[in-house]
Amino acid sequence: MNTTVGLNKLRSYLATFLLYALLVATAIIVLLPVVWIVISSLNPGDTLLSTSLWPKALTLDHYRDLFTKTDYPRWYMNTLKIATANMFLSTFLVVTSAYAFSRFRFPGRRAGLMAMLVLQMFPGFMGMVAIYILLLQLGLLDNLWGLVLVYAGGSIPFGAWLVKGYFDGIPRSLEEAARIDGATNTQIFLKVMLPLSYPILTFIMLNNFISPWMDFIFARLVLRSQANKTLAIGLFEMVTGTGNTKFTTFAAGAVLVAIPITLLFLFLQKYLIEGLTAGANKG
Amino acid sequence: MIRSHARMAAFLSTVWMGLGQLYNRQWLKGLFFFLFELILVIFAREPFLRAMWGLWTLGETPQKRVGGKIVVQGDHSIFLMIEGLIALILLLLVLILYIQNIRDAYTDGRARDLGERPLSLFAAGRKLWETGYAYILLTPAFLFTLFLTVLPLLFGVLIAFTNYSGPYHLPPKSLVDWVGFKTFIDLFSLKTWSRTFWGIAGWNVIWAVLATLSTYFAGLFYAVLINAKRVKGKRIWRAIFILPWAIPQFIAILIFRNILNGQFGPLNQLLVSIGLPRIPWLSDPFWAKVSIVGVNLWFGFPYWMALMSGVLTSVDRELYEAAEVDGASPSQQFWRITVPLVMLATAPLMIMSFAFNFNNFNLIYLLTSGGPANPSYAYAGSTDILISWIYKLTLEQSQFNMASAVSILIFIVVATISIINFRRTRAFKEEDLV
Repeated sequence: MNTTVGLNKLRSYLATFLLYALLVATAIIVLLPVVWIVISSLNPGDTLLSTSLWPKALTLDHYRDLFTKTDYPRWYMNTLKIATANMFLSTFLVVTSAYAFSRFRFPGRRAGLMAMLVLQMFPGFMGMVAIYILLLQLGLLDNLWGLVLVYAGGSIPFGAWLVKGYFDGIPRSLEEAARIDGATNTQIFLKVMLPLSYPILTFIMLNNFISPWMDFIFARLVLRSQANKTLAIGLFEMVTGTGNTKFTTFAAGAVLVAIPITLLFLFLQKYLIEGLTAGANKG
Repeated sequence: MIRSHARMAAFLSTVWMGLGQLYNRQWLKGLFFFLFELILVIFAREPFLRAMWGLWTLGETPQKRVGGKIVVQGDHSIFLMIEGLIALILLLLVLILYIQNIRDAYTDGRARDLGERPLSLFAAGRKLWETGYAYILLTPAFLFTLFLTVLPLLFGVLIAFTNYSGPYHLPPKSLVDWVGFKTFIDLFSLKTWSRTFWGIAGWNVIWAVLATLSTYFAGLFYAVLINAKRVKGKRIWRAIFILPWAIPQFIAILIFRNILNGQFGPLNQLLVSIGLPRIPWLSDPFWAKVSIVGVNLWFGFPYWMALMSGVLTSVDRELYEAAEVDGASPSQQFWRITVPLVMLATAPLMIMSFAFNFNNFNLIYLLTSGGPANPSYAYAGSTDILISWIYKLTLEQSQFNMASAVSILIFIVVATISIINFRRTRAFKEEDLV
């Protein structure tokens, strides 16, 4: 046997070994924080210090506390309500306007498109003070609906561009056929356009459903009372308070939020990536 | 004689809404427009003029107190300003209707000139539904955007030109005045403001560049690594690595805030247990910045990895085979085929990601809250970026005018980047043809 062949083989084994070592090391870095928070939520103690990665005993006490001693169920319901309402309202607004911009030519169309592009570039909470005063005047401060209105208004410029880009890619021949058959604009919209747009609709709906779970700025601005807190605010306050004495309860709360969102995300991942690339190529 | 009902009707409708329609013998429509303007002139004139006065002066009577009791309520400058803006927007809507009224009179007059009977109200309604379909579709989105995005932003822009700030110019206690460009001049000429601004802006740019590049290339690295022939179980590796992207970001950030806790955090406990000194992950300016970039890398790279894996799997195998035949080494194949293809497909998203990172409020605010404190900055910590500084200026310090001035500057930066990016994309070129 030739020595160079043996050397090459050795080198190849070494490369494979290094490759897997790197993958395993990264997997550990990726997974460790996740494992740690799950273990923390099952730790018997209360504080960050007393939490260990190898606890002597496991307990579900913190999950029980979450539902009996804190307002967690309430925050969860609030967030769920806001997210669901925002999903429907925003998607409706986005899809109708995207259809108009994609399929009709009317005076003001270009100006409207440009305006929406420019509006996306302002830092979102530049209008914070004005929104606060506006909601105050309308009596919608500290009201879940007030927050939904704010989210829905903010979601239009970005969403409409994205969906318009997708609609532009759908061939017009189908609509023309439907029009010849006597379909009205509304029928074409509901029966031709929407069924062809599942990927982008899923993306937009998912986006509008998830974003209220992540938002602090407007949730803090609009919702003032203890009863109206959302999950993001509630959990944030749990770990930023003095001494971090509720750390394990926070961990339990975090796990319960992360599980459904993560699963939703993983299931719909395909659409998310499609939506993003569609947006990149067309919008 | 040329009969021109069209011009006559248009002229009449310009004089007073609805007159042209009445001239065209469209009684109901004409009456509706006529009464609309009448009601506006009678009831809306006074409030409108008052709103304009409010917008112009921002109030003239300050609040008066005697012994802690309010004697004169005084004008609330900020309410006056918003009411003024709403009045202007309503005026715009009325003007649109007014122009529609003239156009309507003109088209119906023309129909008469050509000897056609003007449409009945019902037929006109149906025609409006079909031709104006786009406008009907857009109305809800238009109203939402107008009142919840445009109005607040206009207000935000205007604030920069006032002295709306604590402690001396906060309504309802005191009035706010227009001051022109004074806020911008202060931002650049007053030592504390300009030092803070440039310090934060510098870190902001460095942060956005580091965040974008680190996640982009880590994503590329892992996408290529997993795509390598000798790696088995590609789907499982991808599923594991995509996890940080799937976990809600605020949860991940709060978890890291605890992991990196300098006193009790598990990371420092680990360091101590293997005999190393503690590292002040969040309380030292330098380490806090390292932590921010590191945490961002943790949940940022899977996004790119997922995108690029998609691109890699769609690359034509034949390209590589052809390259191999031509004697290209694996590294040449990587640098000359793989990288350019991936870059081409993802570059526009990279610029979008830069713009996003530039304003990534959540990460900074939830991880370090801008800290550690920096005594040489005005109302900001060492890791604050412009957007989190604005947040502090607005919600914690009531420096509304300065916050607004900085927002305008951010807008200019982001807008420039976006426009350069957007001009190159296909969408814009297609739009130009329409």
